[in-house]
Amino acid sequence: MWEQEVAFWIIAVAMAGAAIGVVRSNNIVHAALFLVVVLAGSAAQYILLVAEFVAWVQVLIYIGAIVVLFLFGVMLTRAPMREERGKLDNNQRLAGAVVSLFLFGVLVVFLVDAFGNDKIKFDDSLVHLGSTQNVGNEIFRTYVIPFEVVSMLLLAALVGAVVLARRD
Amino acid sequence: MPLNYFLILAAFLFCTGAYGVLARRNSVLVLMSVELMLNAVNLNLVAFSTHMHKVAGQVFALFVITIAAAEVGVGLAIVLLIYRNTKSPDLDRVEQLKG
Repeated sequence: MWEQEVAFWIIAVAMAGAAIGVVRSNNIVHAALFLVVVLAGSAAQYILLVAEFVAWVQVLIYIGAIVVLFLFGVMLTRAPMREERGKLDNNQRLAGAVVSLFLFGVLVVFLVDAFGNDKIKFDDSLVHLGSTQNVGNEIFRTYVIPFEVVSMLLLAALVGAVVLARRD
Repeated sequence: MPLNYFLILAAFLFCTGAYGVLARRNSVLVLMSVELMLNAVNLNLVAFSTHMHKVAGQVFALFVITIAAAEVGVGLAIVLLIYRNTKSPDLDRVEQLKG
């Protein structure tokens, strides 16, 4: 079991550092690449949690599509490659840091209080639980109506994005 | 392996994202911070799914990923409009509603 903990800590430290890079970097493209590290790290955590289908969907959709969309956004807003310090931030940095540190403290206290004794037990049945077959069965049996609603939502988002971005 | 490892990592990512939403001026960077927060929620959902041996959490994580994709699409269209109208991607230039 200790191998999993070592892997968790390596990935977690990389994710935390990259997450700070996303919110502190002075270069938008670097921030997007830090975001790739965070997203790939969480895909790796899903693999550790034996959720292989979600992990691959994460790689395909987040890293493959959403980050590319972000880079298109950077390109279309003609962001300068290099900004001087603090130009990308507004003047609420201190307030933002206080709010997020307070939130983090409260969350950690409550999480330790509520789930401090819970341990994840890994066994062979988890391999079936996270398999593509099992997740697909669950989506198309129990959650088929939310699935169809999501497809309508994607259509609406597509039409909305086209209407908003059209130039006339 | 303690469940809390994953929950506290997710809480950290969420708070980092919240800081980014509050402190960033560039609208593309604000959207990236929102993605950080959504990703933290996914990590929680998958960790609980494994902990409770129920697949529902993973299905919900998939729904969240889908909705995040839709949100980024519409969000970037709005960013593009802001850029076109104010000639700048900065959010504090959007002040027409200010009294």
